[in-house]
Amino acid sequence: MATQQIFSPLPGIFYRKPAPDKPVYKNDGDVVAESDTIGLIEVMKSFNEVKAGAAGKIVRFLAENEDAVMAGQPIAEIDV
Amino acid sequence: MAIKKLLIANRGEIAVRIIRAARDLGIATVQVYSKADKDSLAVRLADESVDIGPPQASKSYLNQAAILAAAQGSGADAIHPGYGFLAENAEFAAAVEAAGLIFVGPTAQSIRLMGDKVAAREAAASAGVPTVSGSQGRLESVEAAFALVEKTGFPVMIKAAAGGGGRGIRIARSAEEFHHLMPQAQAEALAAFGDGGLYVEKLIEGARHIEVQVLGDGRDVIHCFERECSLQRRRQKVWEEAPSPSLTQAVREKLCTSAVALAKAVNYRGAGTLEYLYDDRTGEFYFLEMNTRIQVEHPVTEMVTGIDLVREMIRIAGGEPLRIRQNEVRVSGHSVEVRINAEDPARNFLPNPGTVSALSVPGGDGVRFDSMLYAGYTVPPFYDSLLGKLIVHDKDRPSAIRRLESALAELSVEGISTTKPLYQALARDADVKAGRFHTAWLEPWLESHAAGLATAQPPSAAKVAP
Repeated sequence: MATQQIFSPLPGIFYRKPAPDKPVYKNDGDVVAESDTIGLIEVMKSFNEVKAGAAGKIVRFLAENEDAVMAGQPIAEIDV
Repeated sequence: MAIKKLLIANRGEIAVRIIRAARDLGIATVQVYSKADKDSLAVRLADESVDIGPPQASKSYLNQAAILAAAQGSGADAIHPGYGFLAENAEFAAAVEAAGLIFVGPTAQSIRLMGDKVAAREAAASAGVPTVSGSQGRLESVEAAFALVEKTGFPVMIKAAAGGGGRGIRIARSAEEFHHLMPQAQAEALAAFGDGGLYVEKLIEGARHIEVQVLGDGRDVIHCFERECSLQRRRQKVWEEAPSPSLTQAVREKLCTSAVALAKAVNYRGAGTLEYLYDDRTGEFYFLEMNTRIQVEHPVTEMVTGIDLVREMIRIAGGEPLRIRQNEVRVSGHSVEVRINAEDPARNFLPNPGTVSALSVPGGDGVRFDSMLYAGYTVPPFYDSLLGKLIVHDKDRPSAIRRLESALAELSVEGISTTKPLYQALARDADVKAGRFHTAWLEPWLESHAAGLATAQPPSAAKVAP
């Protein structure tokens, strides 16, 4: 098993949930498929999904819900 | 009490616009900013600036306590909310007054009344202003709503009472669709606005969006004629002009008189806009809603009337009565504004924050560029994509559109993609030149013209400054 990072594709605000009153997409320790959504990035009021990009198990999130993130910033660690 | 020091509770191009108006009046300025806006043009131009928190708007530009503390700490005696953020928040307007400060805008009561779209429709109806046929008040049940639409006929729009700006609107074209959409709309309105109240309006297809600018001092109200903003994408205006190319003089007179009647009925104070749908096949107009703030597209009205709306609203907030009589407001020539957004029209308007590596701004007679840009500025990703507005004025509409084309050719924002190619294409379009459009015209046009909207010089190919 190797640990990889999932990077934010865009600069903006990172959200772990699809809506404020909904549960988070994924928790630490969840198993994910490559095409699973793990969060949203809000860029100039448009929302873009962040995909896991690889199948594996999420070790931990590195960015908090509603954190301001830069493009290329790691937002989660995943064991593949 | 004349205002001595004005705090600007906004950002971007409108903050710059307000700072300039305040300076013209000899008023000192305090610009609040989030961490992401430390290097903004507004911060550079203001006399003072105050950090009010992190980039997220909810923690900075929407943080009422931080803004009030900044006002008190800096000794500001008034707050201008701009548009968006807290501009139409009645609680904020009330909190500003409760803190002993002036809110540059209407009373909290006016904001609350016009913010409730059902109450606004009722106020319009009782002032004799025509509204689209539909529900008299809010609809709490699907059955009551259905009984009503059986009378008005399809298609109908289902709208949230607490919505606005095009949010929460659904269109039902049949009874079946209606029964499917009503419960959805109710649940969504409740989730989005904390208020499940709905109302229903007959959909008028092919209608234009025309709005009337008003100025009031709490007693008297004047209008500054109309703007037409029918060119919209996803219910967001992209191109606005004054006067409307589609109104006859008789309809213009009736429309503007109706706007003054409604604004007077609510003792309106400050700058406001009454939005209407206009059906140019029948000559009928219908009140939609009132925006109780300065609007993005206010400069086209300024260009044709010569009235500085931002300056006037600040004077009125400082306690001065209206200085302009209705018969002194005259329209001269034609003005067009286009919104230069950090979006790539060739890639489905993908947002495009980044660094402006070089900037050339158009100039000359009848050309105005209200923006937040300077060369080397990094556009943050946290707010809307409006970079600035290019506004032109000339003796008539064809001349104004020619001037727009020439000004667009001079405008160069390097390093990021903008919506400039969209306006170059629109300015050459035969229907646009003839003023033949309506609010649902632009989206299908975009589908068929997508290929022609590629940025002339993509950022990757942009020359690096030597």
